[in-house]
Order: sequence, then structure tokens, then C-alpha cells
Amino acid sequence: MHEVFANLAIGGATALSAANLLYCFLGVLLGTLVGVLPGLGPVATIAMLLPATLSLPAESALIMLAGIYYGAQYGGSTTAILINLPGESSSVVTTLDGHRMAQQGRAGVALSTAAIGSFVAGTVATFVIAFLAPPLAQVALKFQAPEYFSLMVLGLIASIVLAQGSLLKALGMVVLGLLLGLVGTDVTSGTQRFTFGLPALSDGINFVVVAVGVFGIAEIVRNLEAPGGQVVSVAQVKGLLPGRDDVKRIIAPILRGTATGSLLGVLPGGGALLASFAAYALEKRVSRHGGEFGTGAIEGVAAPESANNAGAQTSFIPMLTLGIPSNPVMALMIGALIIQGIRPGPNVMVEQSGLFWGVIVSMWVGNLFLLVLNLPLIGLWVRLIAIPYQLLFPIILVFSAIGVLSLANAVMDVYLMAVFGVLGYAFAKLDCEPAPLLLGYILGPMMEEYLRRAMTLSRGDPMIFLQRPISLGMLVAAGLALIVLLVPVVRATRQRAFVEE
Amino acid sequence: MRNTGSKDVLAGLMFLAFGVLFWLLAQGYPMGSARRMGPAYFPNLLALVLILIGGVTTVRGLLSRSTPLGPFAGKALLLVTVAVALFGFAVEGAGLAVATILLVVVSSAAGSSLKLPAAMALALALAAFCVVVFRLALGLPFPIVGPWLGG
Repeated sequence: MHEVFANLAIGGATALSAANLLYCFLGVLLGTLVGVLPGLGPVATIAMLLPATLSLPAESALIMLAGIYYGAQYGGSTTAILINLPGESSSVVTTLDGHRMAQQGRAGVALSTAAIGSFVAGTVATFVIAFLAPPLAQVALKFQAPEYFSLMVLGLIASIVLAQGSLLKALGMVVLGLLLGLVGTDVTSGTQRFTFGLPALSDGINFVVVAVGVFGIAEIVRNLEAPGGQVVSVAQVKGLLPGRDDVKRIIAPILRGTATGSLLGVLPGGGALLASFAAYALEKRVSRHGGEFGTGAIEGVAAPESANNAGAQTSFIPMLTLGIPSNPVMALMIGALIIQGIRPGPNVMVEQSGLFWGVIVSMWVGNLFLLVLNLPLIGLWVRLIAIPYQLLFPIILVFSAIGVLSLANAVMDVYLMAVFGVLGYAFAKLDCEPAPLLLGYILGPMMEEYLRRAMTLSRGDPMIFLQRPISLGMLVAAGLALIVLLVPVVRATRQRAFVEE
Repeated sequence: MRNTGSKDVLAGLMFLAFGVLFWLLAQGYPMGSARRMGPAYFPNLLALVLILIGGVTTVRGLLSRSTPLGPFAGKALLLVTVAVALFGFAVEGAGLAVATILLVVVSSAAGSSLKLPAAMALALALAAFCVVVFRLALGLPFPIVGPWLGG
């Protein structure tokens, strides 16, 4: 207990420095700004803004990126409530009651409920991380190459089990991602692999290029499928603060949502998405107002909004302690760490305690900024939402192209972004989820290195993965996850869970 | 998980193609042994797994009912891709300003409602913004007006 506060104090010293407060604020502001723009989810937002953080010191960069993430997340909820357009999958359920509330003239109350719920959830989740992360990192410090390899296998399998769509295709996307991650110079032998003799590829393809192409450019083309400019009607916002009755009704849902979200956020793959769905379903069942769900029940906004924020935050736990991304956003964070020259894993907590705890404390600060920023600035967000897409997408393209160009001042990266845009559109047309690809892409080189080390350790005997208890446990868990999914009942439920609403 | 026939077939063929491509390329590198893995070992393994996944996906797709691919925004895809490529092509030679204008004007044709004068106005405004912010303020090392245009 004492230690937790000592650690939070270390973090406070980092996060509360004037410069980092500014970066956190900038991150939240930019994240919300881009997040409310229609058709831009958190992954595309972060990928697009990531180049801007590369010149900062590592802790400032990560603090700003985390801020961008919450901002984008909240921006997505804002569009869900105001125009019935979820900016990202985790705010899909928010549209159900949130937009209905907006139609009844209670948009302001819905928005402030989301903000308050997010803030409470963020505060609780910050402490969850502070308590949970150190023991987990302690365990992970004992890991050797075989454990790491098996952990990555488990992480990748779990992420596709909890994702939506066809399991087999998700598996294919993981493997394709792993392979693409190997493009470039092989660290051990110095061999140029899959570079087609192009010097520009010898350092591999920057993951920002892949992310912006597959998530950003492809998304633009998808949005252009529908002919004509969509005319959106933005709900009127007035009466921001919830009344006394509203407050009474949202306390319990916020707390339950926070608990659900904190728990599910730690799981690979699910994170914020699974958290918001589960919290909504749970609330519908236990709430006294369960019958009003879908007609503008305030609980239906409070619970999933709290849950997705709590989940977004606790999904940092596996990233910070194990170096394993649980979702594409965390994959981007790991990529940012690697660019900053920090090797993700349990050592980060020991060697970079300022960064580790600074990021954690900044989460709470970021949530505070969100609360004070969003309610007064709501008028600005509303105006941004109304920007026609026809005007917006060329602007997004320009910023994406310049962002990618500024990574290494290499024109090749712009061409590669275009290529990955085409690929991303093909993936979307073929119902191949791009998220597992990005996870595999980040983990590819690391997995190869751990596999090599493990096999050297065992003198070429693959049984090493089964002989070490922790490694065996993780592989068994991965196998079980796959088997369970093939059971028809579970499969049907999983299918329904994502299709419903 | 049924009824994705043609999509599954195409996705399977895509995995197969990538698998074969990576497998063929990997054959050019030293394989090494399980104990001392060469640069080809892991990719070779992954490529074989991808070929397997691609094969199974294709067969499953052929056996299930097929569904149409849905609307294919070929024109938008082409225009957006060409616009981005043009930006990359022009940014060194013609400069940041011209490259930005090209990107905006060409890509905006992918939308339907923006007329050319409006697109031009947007392009000029964005070019001015990018030159001021990215070139002058942030020091992106690309010319405002490039050598092709005497800059």
C-alpha cells in the first residue's frame, strides 16, 4: 500500500512537470479534435498524430499519446451521442441510448454523463494499474526466452478469439502480420530479407506507415463507397448538467461499468470494445430501469462509457508490464516505445520508473483534462462534427501523407502508405480484420528473436516450450481458447454478442 | 460464420499468394538448423502456416454459399492512391506546396460533391497552412518550391 503511493509520487514528479502537463493537455485536445471528426477511429488518429511525438523525450511522447487515446475515445462517444455515428467500435453501444437521449433533447446530459463516468472510471483504473502492475512485472522479470515466446503465442491467440469475424481469417492475418514484420535486415545474421533489393526497405517498414495505410487510407476509401455527401443532423446541445435524479441513477451503473471494464481491459484483444458491450448487457439485466434500455435510459450511457474508459486504461497493464500489446492501440504504443529506443517488457518499470509511473499518473491527469475540456468546448466539437466529409477527407490525406513523410523524411514511406491503403481496402472487402495484422506486425521480430534464443537454449529441442511450467501453462491456455471457440455453442454466442445491435 | 463464400475464397487465395511469395523469397536465405536458426527458418515456417491457412480458407469458401462482395469503390480507391503517390512523386522535385495542391485536387475528385473551384480553394488553403506549419515552423526538410520549378 505504502509502496503504491511512493510509486505514484515518482510518477507525479514526471507527469506533473509543466512540460508534461502541457503535452498531456495537447494530447487530449488533439485526440478529441481528431476523434470527433467522422470516420476517424482511435487507431487512425494515434497513427496520424504519432509522428508529431517522435521528437519529444520518451515519457512526454508516451504521455501525449495516451492523452490522444483518451481524447479520441471520448471524441468517438461524442459522435455516437450527437449523430448516431460511433467513432469506434467501443462506442457502438453508446449510440443505443445516448443518441435516443439526444433526440429527446438531453444530448447535454448524455455527454456530461459520459464525461463523468469516464472520469470516475479513469480514476479507479489508475489505482488498479498502480496495484496490479508491479506484481505482474515481478513475475515477468523471471521470464526467459521460452516464456516470452509462449506468452506472445497466447497473446496473439487470445486477441483473435476475442475479436469478431472468422477465426481462421484472423489467424491468417496474424501470420501475415508476423511475416510483414520480418521485412528488413535480420538482426542476427545481417541478411536483407524480403527487401527486393530496395535500400529503403532495409530497416523494415515503419509500423506507422502500415497503421496509417491500413486503418487510415483504407477507411477513407470505405467511407467514399456511399455516393454523395452524407447530410448529418447534429442534435442540439443544451442543459449540460445532469439533474439530481439523473445523478442518483448513474452512480451504481458507473461503478459497475468501471469494475467490468477494469477486469476485461486486461484481457488481450477485447479491451475497450468487449468492456462496453459487457457492461451494457450487464446493466440491462441488473438495472431497475432495465426495461427503458434502448429508449434513452441514462444508465445505458453511464455504464458502457465508464467501462470502455476503464478498459482502455487497464489495457495498458499487459503493454507496460509484459511488453505485449492487447489491442492495435497498444501495438502503436509499443511501436512508439521501440522508436524511442526503449525495449518494452518488465524491465521498463525498473529501468524507466519515471516513464512507467509518469504515464500511469498522467492517465488520471488526462481524464481530468477531458472532464474540464469537453463540457465547455462542446460547442466547438459540434461544429467540427458538421464538417462535410467531402471537405474532410482530402485534409486527412494531406496530414497523413506529411506525417508519414516526416517519420524519416523518406518519400518511399509515402508510396508504401499508398500500397498499404490498397491492401487495407482489400482486407476490408474480404472481411479480414486488420487489427490482428498490426499485432502480428509489431510482435514478428520479437517472436523470432525469442524463438531463436529458446531453441539455442534447448539445443534445438522444441520440447523446451512444454517442459517449462509457465510456458506450458500459457500454451495450454492458448490451445484451450482455440478449442473452446470451436465448440458450436460458444461460437454461436460469440457471433451473436457482436452482431446484436 | 457461413455465407461468406466468395469473400472466403478470395481471402484464402490472398493468403495463399502471400504465403507462396514469402516462401519463395525465403528459399534464397540460409535456413540454418533448429539450434542455430538462419534468417530463413522462422519466415519459412510462417509462410507454410499461411499457405495452410489460405488453402483451408479457400476450400471452406468453395463449400459454403457465396455472397456478393458489396460495393467496390474502384474509382475512389484509384484516385486516392494516385493522389498519394503523386504527392510522394512531387514533394522533392516540385516542392511541398505543389505536392499538397496535387494531393488535394486529385483526391477530392474521389468524392462526389466537391466542385473543382472549391477543391482548388481548399488545396491552396491547405498548401499555405502546411508550408507555414510543417516547413517554416517545424522545419520539415522539403522545399516549398522545388528544383523542377526553379525553386
